[in-house]
Amino acid sequence: MELGTTAPANIVDDNGRLGDSVIMTRMSDAIAWCRKWSLFPYPFITACCGMEFMATAATHYDLDRFGAALPRFSPRQADLMWVVGTVTHKQAPYLRQVYDQMAEPKWVLSFGVCATSGGFYRNYATVQGIDKIVPVDMYIPGCPPRPEMVMDGLLKLMDRIQGHRKTVLAEAIAEGES
Amino acid sequence: MAGAFETGEAYLAALQALLGDTIVSQHAHRGDMTLVVQTSAVADCLEKLAAAPGLQLDVLTDLTAVDYLPRTPRFEVVYHLLNFGTSLRLRIKVQVDDGEAVPTVSNLFLSANWMEREVYDMYGIVFDGHPDLRRILLYPEFEGHPLRKDYAKEAAQPRLELRDHRPWRDTPPEGVG
Amino acid sequence: MSKASTDFASRNVAAEIPMRLPDAAEYLHINIGPSHPATHGTVKVEALLDHETIVDCDVDPGYLHRGFEKEAEAHPYIQVMPYTDRLNYVSPLTNNVAYAMAVEKLADIEVPERAEYIRVIVSEISRITDHLTCLGPASMELGAFSVFLYMVRAREYLWQLIEEICGARMTTSYARFGGVAQDLPMNFGGALRWVIGEIHKVVRDVDILLTRNRIFYDRMRGIGILTADDLRSYAVTGPLLRAAGVARDMRRDEPYSVYDRFEFDVVVGERGDNYDRYMVRLEEILQSCRILEQALDQIPDGPILVDDRRFALPPKEEVYANIESLMDHFKLVMHGLQPAAGEAYAAVESPNGELGFYLVSDGSGKPLKCRVRPPSFIHLATLRQQLVGAQIADLVPIFGQINMIGGECDR
Repeated sequence: MELGTTAPANIVDDNGRLGDSVIMTRMSDAIAWCRKWSLFPYPFITACCGMEFMATAATHYDLDRFGAALPRFSPRQADLMWVVGTVTHKQAPYLRQVYDQMAEPKWVLSFGVCATSGGFYRNYATVQGIDKIVPVDMYIPGCPPRPEMVMDGLLKLMDRIQGHRKTVLAEAIAEGES
Repeated sequence: MAGAFETGEAYLAALQALLGDTIVSQHAHRGDMTLVVQTSAVADCLEKLAAAPGLQLDVLTDLTAVDYLPRTPRFEVVYHLLNFGTSLRLRIKVQVDDGEAVPTVSNLFLSANWMEREVYDMYGIVFDGHPDLRRILLYPEFEGHPLRKDYAKEAAQPRLELRDHRPWRDTPPEGVG
Repeated sequence: MSKASTDFASRNVAAEIPMRLPDAAEYLHINIGPSHPATHGTVKVEALLDHETIVDCDVDPGYLHRGFEKEAEAHPYIQVMPYTDRLNYVSPLTNNVAYAMAVEKLADIEVPERAEYIRVIVSEISRITDHLTCLGPASMELGAFSVFLYMVRAREYLWQLIEEICGARMTTSYARFGGVAQDLPMNFGGALRWVIGEIHKVVRDVDILLTRNRIFYDRMRGIGILTADDLRSYAVTGPLLRAAGVARDMRRDEPYSVYDRFEFDVVVGERGDNYDRYMVRLEEILQSCRILEQALDQIPDGPILVDDRRFALPPKEEVYANIESLMDHFKLVMHGLQPAAGEAYAAVESPNGELGFYLVSDGSGKPLKCRVRPPSFIHLATLRQQLVGAQIADLVPIFGQINMIGGECDR
């Protein structure tokens, strides 16, 4: 995020003291910066991906350094719902209910292929992707995804929360050109 | 098998002596002693097998069913018995047709309660005398029995209204305008 | 060890009918789950409460029913292997090995000796990861957050080892019919011995933190007691049965693979309560380390896959070098393994109890029936009896010690 410039010359005193201690930026950028670095996850864990979520949140890979350490198991207190693992038709109404109970602003992260698209469970019992039920902001594929992938997905989501809405493809093209 | 009997023949002889003509057929494919018994007699057979001093097969480790469509009788309900001490094992099967009920063994083995519910859920086989025969792995509004061979794997279910968890939604609480 | 004839008629079956108390409306009716940190996400318990005491409850599993058996009936035998990883996903290698053993029994396939030793090594590694994953979150749910972090760190070392063997940390699909997929990597013995040292340190630390901890002891001692007779009737096996004093372990009583060549103790508790279950699991980790060290000393050289082209793929070098191997490869990949018609049941001592696969073949390349005998599901049936009369706060440790794994319970 660009933090803006230092203060313009006409609000600096004779000793030049206010110069570096004031940051000028847009309010929406500042609020988004606070939001993205203090996400409160609601881990809606159902299946095997929960084990990789546990590993990503624990000491070796550590989600705490991204501010997303404290899980809130009440949807009223959470703002990022991690849908971790397969969602079945029996579980689907509860997923929707938890999403509805969360207060704005809220984001949904789909962790693993089962949540993204049903995985390799193409049958009568499995919802073929949670985006049929709730709007999803970030999809992390993998069965299960490696913790590095999870962190990459979380960082991309944080970019989006900040307001950088470039798609992954556009970023890759830009990187290729530079 | 293991445990109490030296040979398969001795084991079979003991079983035949105990269960007599309720045995319809038997085999020991890959060393697993298997008996097919008459459906109406299955609860008695399991009770005798659990109580018999030489056998004491008093643990029902597994209860499941197999769909052999298009054969008649269509289903086989399979019981796996075990003795913890001698590690003696036995497989009992009964053959039932679509619509036929099987006597429950949930009054003999506490493990049978949930396993019979699962067989009912997946195959639609009714167990007579089960205290609480309802679906266990699927939701109550599910239509059909998915492990039947004529149920398509990717079959879709009818859409349902979300059950309303908020009964007060139309009538607000007292004192609220 | 089994007692004389049991009086079945005296069993109180009415106790199994849920929630039909005549005065149910007098009690507080609450819902625990199905999205709940301590129910491990997929079980709903509807409880009737009288202040803090659970008067009755209905346990509702099935929120992770993903149609394993239906998928198995639609795929060739080898393609069912990844589905078995996701059954008990904290000990996936045990599921792989159990399924491979069942197919080998059905199709009458032999396994070379080195492959048997490798299977024992990965099964015991899986046992340790399962117990760490059970005790870690169970302690966290009681407030001991550090224990969770220590155990997950230890599990991380084991997962790195598994990744070096199989290529995946968790969903391994490592066993093949007639052996295993790849051989052990170089210097595996050295790496495993180092990890065993770390496991010993973690177990010692957890022991110091929890075993004589007043709070932990009070919350676990005397909670969730099930007698040996009840356990036998519920067909409970594994640490829950051993905690009640019944010394049954399939590795000792019905030895499979090469388990009869190792010396290890069967860990048995006394009272069958939560505290004994915790102690049984903690000690079993150390016994598994013992087996691992012996296996590393005894493992012979040799092939890791049976040399029978009806069941096992030929090595890639031969496939590209001569036409017979190419044809064998083609036939096996296109048509798969086709066992003779029949049925077979094979079971292993998984970390949760007796994990069995009952396979029925009709002679084609896909199983007619692939049943998992799921210890988690069968053990979850005991939950209602343990909860009725207990406090609502006891639900968390009781549920944690049952070690209900959703993938195996609901399949």
